[in-house]
Amino acid sequence: MSAHPPLFEVRDLRVAFGRNGFYSEAVRGVSLQVDHGEVLGIVGESGSGKSVGMLAALGLQPEGARVTGSVKFKGRELVGLPRRELRALRGARIAMIFQDPLSSLNPVMTVGAQIAEAVRLHNPDLSKRAALDRAKDLLALVTIPQPDRRLQQYPHEFSGGMRQRVMIAMAVANDPDLLIADEPTTALDVTVQAQIMEVLADLQARLKLGLILITHDLGVLAGHADRVAVVYAGQVVEQAGVDDLFARPGHPYTRGLIASIPDMTVEKDRLFSIDGTPPALGRLPEGCPFNPRCVVAQDICRRETPPVRHLPDHSAACHFAFSAPESAA
Amino acid sequence: MTAIPSPRRISRPRWLTAPLIVGIALILFWLVATVAAPWMSGFAPLDMVGRRLQPPSWEHLLGTDALGRDVLSRVLHGARHSIPIAVTVVAVAVAIGAVLGALAGFIGGFVDTVIMRLVDITLSFPPMLLAMAVAASLGPGLENATVAMVIVWWPVYARLMRAQVLEVREREHVEAAIASGATRSRVLTKHILPLCWTPVLISATMDLGQVILLAASLSFIGLGATPPTPEWGSMISDGASQFYSWWVALGPGLAILTIVLGFNFIGDGLHDYFDPRSK
Repeated sequence: MSAHPPLFEVRDLRVAFGRNGFYSEAVRGVSLQVDHGEVLGIVGESGSGKSVGMLAALGLQPEGARVTGSVKFKGRELVGLPRRELRALRGARIAMIFQDPLSSLNPVMTVGAQIAEAVRLHNPDLSKRAALDRAKDLLALVTIPQPDRRLQQYPHEFSGGMRQRVMIAMAVANDPDLLIADEPTTALDVTVQAQIMEVLADLQARLKLGLILITHDLGVLAGHADRVAVVYAGQVVEQAGVDDLFARPGHPYTRGLIASIPDMTVEKDRLFSIDGTPPALGRLPEGCPFNPRCVVAQDICRRETPPVRHLPDHSAACHFAFSAPESAA
Repeated sequence: MTAIPSPRRISRPRWLTAPLIVGIALILFWLVATVAAPWMSGFAPLDMVGRRLQPPSWEHLLGTDALGRDVLSRVLHGARHSIPIAVTVVAVAVAIGAVLGALAGFIGGFVDTVIMRLVDITLSFPPMLLAMAVAASLGPGLENATVAMVIVWWPVYARLMRAQVLEVREREHVEAAIASGATRSRVLTKHILPLCWTPVLISATMDLGQVILLAASLSFIGLGATPPTPEWGSMISDGASQFYSWWVALGPGLAILTIVLGFNFIGDGLHDYFDPRSK
């Protein structure tokens, strides 16, 4: 095999929102990479810029947002690509699943018609009949029983988990290479979450999908991701293989996130949480953006932006990554 | 067995309220009159069938007017003018307003500004005054009154449609459709517009009554129907000069009252049906 470009490569992606000529950055130089058959988890708090960044990578940024940097899909630059060409990629080669399956389906179209539409958008020559047949197969693929009957039904006749399965079916309708799942299980019951993750993981393995799993739940990633990028205040603060990350977290924020996962085996009165809230857009603290909430912050953290420190296949943006002082946390 | 809840007879669905039933009955009556006026009334609307200004009697249930025409027959025939005009005005106004409003809401920017300023300008005139001005400049006649009323009415729907499109386009299924590669026109026609019609439908139903009222007003001041057309507004105008023969104006007045009431009741009923939260 010759060297080929990675499936999806983001370099120094920046997304800024302007108001009165003054821009504030929500995504501040994110670099990521996903290959065929690989699962990348992106984890971060609400408002850390993880969704906005991925949407912007596909040209789905809100109106008035400024996107710079480079996003390459199979070596092809997506930033600045004409709308028509982006549209041909979206839903065909790159598919998305959204957070809330309750509102992500059109309430006045039958499920069958919606899946068939997703198929026909990128295969205009396919007949309606053939598209519906494909829709039926897709419903079976995501383990929805009685696909024939389900095709005729409207979204309100489906449960939350079933709707998310439909969303997944629509997403893989055109055999995409890359699937971006934006908090696919957040709106669902815990028991249903596990089922949906199973369906996703199964499809990912079978179709050799590159999968980007955006979540705020590190626990979800533990079982399903190959690599994890931790995002804070619009930047990737740590990136590593999933086992490495849990074993040797280099950034105090990551350590905080890991400590926040409830441990069922230990009796505790209080659950751990990271104090404070993420900084507001355009009001970042001096130095390291995490310093006001950091339990190991020193003077240097309030003065200087930390460099990215590297281990093999592991990087963290902290002055003290992979060294001392690991006193608290 | 423990206490069984006291039996409550459920004879009709909750949304089928008494006013809605009355409204449907009233409108059905006038729809029948529109089609079957010649067979329902005992006399031709333009014939002078009796002595002038007779009070109501068994022969002329609503009396006769200044020219000895049967008021009841004329009222029934009036429906044949009022209802088709109202339907035409509302249909054309909805068509124009919905298209322009949807484009304004969906495209935004310059298109939105142009369309909405046009709407603002039109709505800044009192509707009656604008209708009078347009009708007067076009000349009397029911056709010109129809055109005038469309000009007065389309901005209402444009504004309604724009607000609705602005609301629906932010919903997540629209973003999902865009993310799956749908074209802009497809997003608008398949994923936005089908969710926008409810308030337009409710408003259109109520406006049918308002348009009938406006049409009658235009005819009343001589800018709509011309004599001897049996139109309710001009009949009331006739009655206004026969003050002591109250029955001349009573017939067409009752007609307008019942039809406007009927449409309003149905509009309210639709509102409750589609939006059960508003009680």
